[in-house]
Formats: sequence, C-alpha cells, structure tokens
Amino acid sequence: MSHLEQQFAETVRDAVSARRTLRIRGSGSKDFYGQPWAQDAAVLDAGSHHGVVDYEPTELVVTVRGGTPLAELEALLHDNGQMLAFEPPHFGPATTVGGMVAAGLSGPRRATAGAVRDYVLGARLLDGRGAALSFGGRVMKNVAGYDVSRALAGSLGTLGLILEVSLKTQPRPVAEATLRFEFPEARAIEELNRWGGKPLPLSGSAWADGELFVRLSGAQAAVLSASEKMGGEKMNDGEARVLWQSLREQTHEFFAVAAKDGLPLWRMSVPSIAPIDVLHSAMAGNTLLEWGGALRWFASASAPARVREAAHKAGGHATLFRGTDDLRQSIGAFHPLQPAIAAIHRKLKTAFDPHGVFNPGRLYPEI
Amino acid sequence: MSTLSPKIDFLRQADVVGRLSAILPDDALLYRSEDTRPYECDGLSAYRQLPMVVALPRDEAEVQAVLKVCHELRVPVVARGAGTGLSGGALPMGDGVLLSLARMKRILSLDPLSRTARVQPGVRNAAISEAAAAYGLYYAPDPSSQIACTIGGNVAENSGGVHCLKYGLTVNNVLRVRGFTAEGEAVEFGSEALDGAGLDLLAIVIGSEGMLAVTTEVTVKLTPVPEIARCVMASFDDVEKAGNAVASVIAAGIIPAGLEMMDKPATQAVEQFVHAGYDLDAAAILLCESDGTPAEVEEEVGRMRAVLEAAGATAIRVSNSEAERMKFWAGRKAAFPAVGRISPDYYCMDGTIPRKRLGEILRFIAAMEIKYGLRCPNVFHAGDGNLHPLILFDANIPDELERTEAFAAEVLEKCIAVGGTITGEHGVGIEKINQMCVQFSPEELALFRELKLAFDPDGRLNPSKNIPTLHRCAEYGRMHVKGGVLPYADLPRF
Repeated sequence: MSHLEQQFAETVRDAVSARRTLRIRGSGSKDFYGQPWAQDAAVLDAGSHHGVVDYEPTELVVTVRGGTPLAELEALLHDNGQMLAFEPPHFGPATTVGGMVAAGLSGPRRATAGAVRDYVLGARLLDGRGAALSFGGRVMKNVAGYDVSRALAGSLGTLGLILEVSLKTQPRPVAEATLRFEFPEARAIEELNRWGGKPLPLSGSAWADGELFVRLSGAQAAVLSASEKMGGEKMNDGEARVLWQSLREQTHEFFAVAAKDGLPLWRMSVPSIAPIDVLHSAMAGNTLLEWGGALRWFASASAPARVREAAHKAGGHATLFRGTDDLRQSIGAFHPLQPAIAAIHRKLKTAFDPHGVFNPGRLYPEI
Repeated sequence: MSTLSPKIDFLRQADVVGRLSAILPDDALLYRSEDTRPYECDGLSAYRQLPMVVALPRDEAEVQAVLKVCHELRVPVVARGAGTGLSGGALPMGDGVLLSLARMKRILSLDPLSRTARVQPGVRNAAISEAAAAYGLYYAPDPSSQIACTIGGNVAENSGGVHCLKYGLTVNNVLRVRGFTAEGEAVEFGSEALDGAGLDLLAIVIGSEGMLAVTTEVTVKLTPVPEIARCVMASFDDVEKAGNAVASVIAAGIIPAGLEMMDKPATQAVEQFVHAGYDLDAAAILLCESDGTPAEVEEEVGRMRAVLEAAGATAIRVSNSEAERMKFWAGRKAAFPAVGRISPDYYCMDGTIPRKRLGEILRFIAAMEIKYGLRCPNVFHAGDGNLHPLILFDANIPDELERTEAFAAEVLEKCIAVGGTITGEHGVGIEKINQMCVQFSPEELALFRELKLAFDPDGRLNPSKNIPTLHRCAEYGRMHVKGGVLPYADLPRF
C-alpha cells in the first residue's frame, strides 16, 4: 500500500471506531445522481489519489488510480489511437475514473459496444475494514474467483473505495458518419431494431422531436456501404460531433429544457422493442430515446409510482435520474428490488463494509 | 485424489430418495451406482466421485421442489449441464444431489427484432445459433465444446471461445439469468433491458461455477452474422516473433474477429488429424480472422497481411472460400482431440498472461518439459493472452499424473508471477483450487467466502469448489504472503 492508501485505510478504521460514516467523492460531478448524501458523513477525497499505473496500448489494457481525471485518461488513450468504447459521460470538468466506474454510466456507444462493466477487467478496492483487496486482473480473460470488479460498476461507492481499476481499451474507429431521418417515434424504434439485426457498424442512435440520428463507425468501406444501404441525410461531421457530445453530456436541448422547466428526469431502461404506448400512457411530457430504443428519457412530473409500474410492465426499470433531493429521498432514485435480491444486496454490503462506513443510503436506504 | 467426500451413506440415500420421489417421476431420479456412474465426473476425468443421488428435473417447479427438499434435509447440491467442463466444477459429492439440468433444453422464445432468445439452461450453445440462423443472427461466444456444452454451463463458467476478443465472453452476451437460491427462492439477475436496477449481481453470478444460484432460464443477446469472414494464416520461424506479430496487429488498431496461435508440436499433431494444410516447418502459425462487409474485410485483410509481413512472417495464406476458412479453423478447434490421438492422456492448462510475456512463458514451459520429462504442445488464444498448453502423459505409468500436476502447478504459478491469472475460461473448479491460494490473499479469499454466503447462507451449492479454505491453503503451503508478513498469524494452521 502506498502512503496515501495507508492514510485512506486509517481514515476508514477511524470512522469505524468513531462510528462515523464516509462519503467517497472524486470531483463531485455526480452528486446529483442516486440517493441524496447522508448529512453527517465526512468527505473522503478520492480525487487526491491519481495517476496512470500502467498502460500498454498493444495489451489493450490501462490501469489507473481511482482519482485520475477521466479527461486525462481519455487524452492519453487518444494520443495512442485508442478510446474507452463505452463513451462515459463526464458531467463536469474534473470527473474521476473511480467516479465513472462507481456511477456505472455509459454513453451513446453503449448499445453496440457495451457498458462500463463490460470493460472493467480488474480493480483494487479498499473495503470497510481498511483492507486493500484485488479482484480480476490486467488481462482480457480471467475467471479465477467471483467477478467482483465488474460489479463495482454502478455500486456508487457502497462496497468500498476504488483504489485502482484496469480497463479494456479499444482502437478508435477509422471512419465515422451520422445519418439523419425524419420519423415519428414508433417508426424510429422499429427501424432501429431492424437495423440492429443487420451487420451494420452502428455506434449510436438518438431520437427526439421527430428526428432520428444514427451514427456509424468502423472501417472506411463499412461506413460507406452502410450509409448507402440505410439512406437518410448525411450530417456535417462537425455538427454530428456536437450532437453526440450533447447527448453524452446531457447538454442537448431536451435535457436543457427539462432542467429549465424544473421537471424530474426519468431514465427508463427497457427492452429495445418496448412499445411506446405502455410508457406514454403512464407519463406526460417530452421523450428522448437512445441505445437503439433501449434507453428512454422522460422529462415528466407524472406520479412516480405510475412511472415505475410502466417501466416494469415494459420489462425494464426506471431511475429518477435528476430530481430534487426531497423527491429522490421520498420515492427512491432507483427502482425497488425484488425482496430476495434486496436481501442479497444487504448481505453483500455487510461482506464488503460490515460497519456501514461507505456512502450509506446512496444506492438504497438500507445499504 | 478422487475421493473428496465421504462414501455413500445408504440410509441417508434412502431418506433423500424417498423425499425426492414424491416430487420427481421415477425416471428422473437415479441412485443405483450403474445409473449414477455416467455422472461421476465432468470433462476433467482425473477426478471422479459417484453422487449419492442424481435428480433430472424437467421444469422450474421441479428444480425448486428439489432445492427445497435438499435445503430441508441439508443435502449439498451440485448443478450440471452437459458435463463438458474442464476443471471439475460439476464433480459430484458422495453425500450430495447431482442436479442435472440436461432435460431443460427448450428454446422458450427467440425474437429476431429485439435480437434476444430466452432459453432453458440445458440448451446447447450451438443450438441457439442454429435456431437464430434463419434470421441472420447467432449467439457469439463459441467455446470449442459448443456442439455439446450447455448455456447453463456457459453461464457458470463465463465461457469464451476463439472470437471473444471482438465479441466478448458470456458475461458480455447475457442479459438476464433466472434461477433459484439454495433455499429454493426464485431470483432474477439482470433484466430484458440492457441493465438492471441495483448492484450488478448478474456480473457476479456469471462465472460463479454454480455456487451462488441454480440457473433455470437465460436471456441471451443475438448478434448479426457478418456478411463474410476471411482468415489469414501466417507462418513464423520463431515463436517469439509470432508473439510480437500479435502485438503489432493490435498496435495497428486492428481487432481481429479471431487471433489464434499454435506452436510446431501442436500443428504437427493437428495436421495428421485434419489435414488443414498447415505449414509443418513453421515454429508457430497464427490464424488471424477478419469479418464484416466484403469491402471492409478486403481492406482489413490487406492491413493484416502488411503487418504480419513486416513482423517477419515466412509465409502467408488467405482463405479464398468459406470451405477453406473452415479448414483453417478445423485444425485449431480440433487441437484437443488431435492431441488425444497422439498421447494416451493429456492435461490442458488455461492460464492467461499479458501478451508481451508470451516468450518468457513459452521458454519456461520448454524448461518444464525437460524438468518433468513430459512433452507439452501449445495452443493459444493469442488475442486474449489465454494459453492452453497441453501436457502429454500416460496415466498408466506410475507417477506420470503426479508429475503432470506438478508441471501444471508450476506453469500456473508462473502465469500469476507475470501478472496473469490461473484460469482464463475453464474455471477453477476442483482442479485449480490450490493455485487460488497463490493468486489471492487470505483477506480476498475470506471476502469470496462471505460473498458466497450472501447468496447461499448455508454453503450448500457446489461447496468445496472454486474458493479454498485457509486451512486448505495452509496445507498446500503456498499461502499468499503480502509484504513478508503472514496475515492472521495467530490462526491455527494444522
């Protein structure tokens, strides 16, 4: 353990003996996300623990400390012709890699490239006893022991402090093109699913307000032939980049209007073919659709219970992605769990963090 | 080595059979040794144990009922698919029920529009792709045993295959697993959507070797079949040059659909068997596949060829037809049976290493061949750094199996030493349980055990596999010591 890691371990042990709780925080870029923080928790500044530990582009693996700024990591990969294929959102200039993993959020490329968890190969974790534990590794394939490191993606710091993480990297595509179509929502969903079943180099999709955008990435020849097959109107490259960036960072007009109107923002993760009437009948308001139809955003003040019921009916779940602290506290940011699954969550929490030191209540009130 | 649990207690057996016969038809309950014999081992036949009882449920209700009875009677349960696993993960227990899911082999639904299939655990891996072929879709993970192995077993082992560098492992291609806890409670991990609420328990359950829950239904993602695929076969006069060529391909920004390597002893064994036209003079050959649209593949094959030539390939051939491509792959996919023809027995290893350490590992294996007096051809998922050295031995020669196991243990520990892992895709099971003591610290192993108990509080699902006890590690004598200080120094070590 490095000096700083030992300090973290001491902080954890002190918190245990003083019966205090800790709030793990990188840059605070995702403070808005999840259940509101416990008021009395002391901040553990995870951002101070930064730096690239190991990067070998030909191994397609990078290992960094949890507090490393995501922008710094992405710049390094970019210089080597590589990228994080899941296009994580930053939501702030100083967002950290540890925070990116803990939040488990992925961007436009997710439907075809996979999510954060698909690229986590290994991690070192400081548990709630102050012990540093390693899981997974720095190799592509590893089935020794339970795959704990992937499960850190989306755990919101409830299992421990991410000291280091090893991620699979990917070469950047040679060519990219964005096509624009004018389709109503139902038609857009149908086309996206139809295209999804064809060998096309899809790498992003979004529909809002009657316009469907589809991004293609890959070899020059593949992008060219797919554009010809699919039709639509080819967007100017600069404008396309701005569009995908605005979706990734939620600066797109849809999100801006929702924020201005003070409406709760719902994230509905549903099967890509989920019919629109099931969801629309439960909620009024605007929609933006991503991930080939599998991710649907609603800016809506509809009753939360109805929203959750509609998501469940459609075969998915609903997250209150942005809303006031009061609202997130009262109805829960995340979809309620099946009782047997909730029981496993509580026991897992105890296994990693027996004294309940880390981010209590951040994911669900009881963990 | 073969006896891991007590001899069968016939009174206990009568008791368990009596209770299970109330919920299962006669033909779904086996307990006479002539009937249970076929279940005494999986693909790792060096370990054998007759189960006390074999249960063959046909549906979820029967699985749940069996689990509830076993919970009540405190009987351990080992789940089994096709029994093709290579690490003894489905090795039965003499005081336990072997729960075969082989009769649950229906594809429940297949939706070409959402590109998903809902299948029972006993469905064969290849059967999913066969059913999806009509829609131009397939299930991407393709372990070499795919014609026989089941999706339930793939979930348990997080199986890969020769195309996983580009298309991922089981964990990247499964959306949802339905099943039951050891207590018989229904659980669902993941969802029909791309993610589920809460912690990603699906990621933990996949690859958990049947120790956390019994899988009864799996929703898999289907992938569009590429328009065409072509395979480049390159010969090298030196194994390390071939290893460096792999790094050069990746450095050029190419992710091949498959990237495999075989050394000379392996190609020679295989060539006699399948006549794939391999270059028998080469020290190593690389198989490098490109897939996509015809124009894309032509572009990529051109780039692959240039990189491989620059890396010192002595000969290059590109498949010109689907038949020729299948022939190139036939040798690689038949490597294990081919080796089985030249040696009475063989022992397959599964370590994964950072690719740049390949030369070092191959030299180490060559030294071990001399030390133990045993031959060891190598096949290698080069793109993933996953090695399958095959130690040739004859179990009828006294001490050859022991020498083989010592050879394998040294190689696996070397894999850990170079920053790799003891198993890339075959699992720990019973086979590599001692090496877990080397790869993980006592604190990490303790956490794994607590994790298991979070799902299975009484430790009844496939106990004594995968995660060793500290006692076992102490006996093995390879306790992972961090910073020169033995953790839990005050613990009794026997």
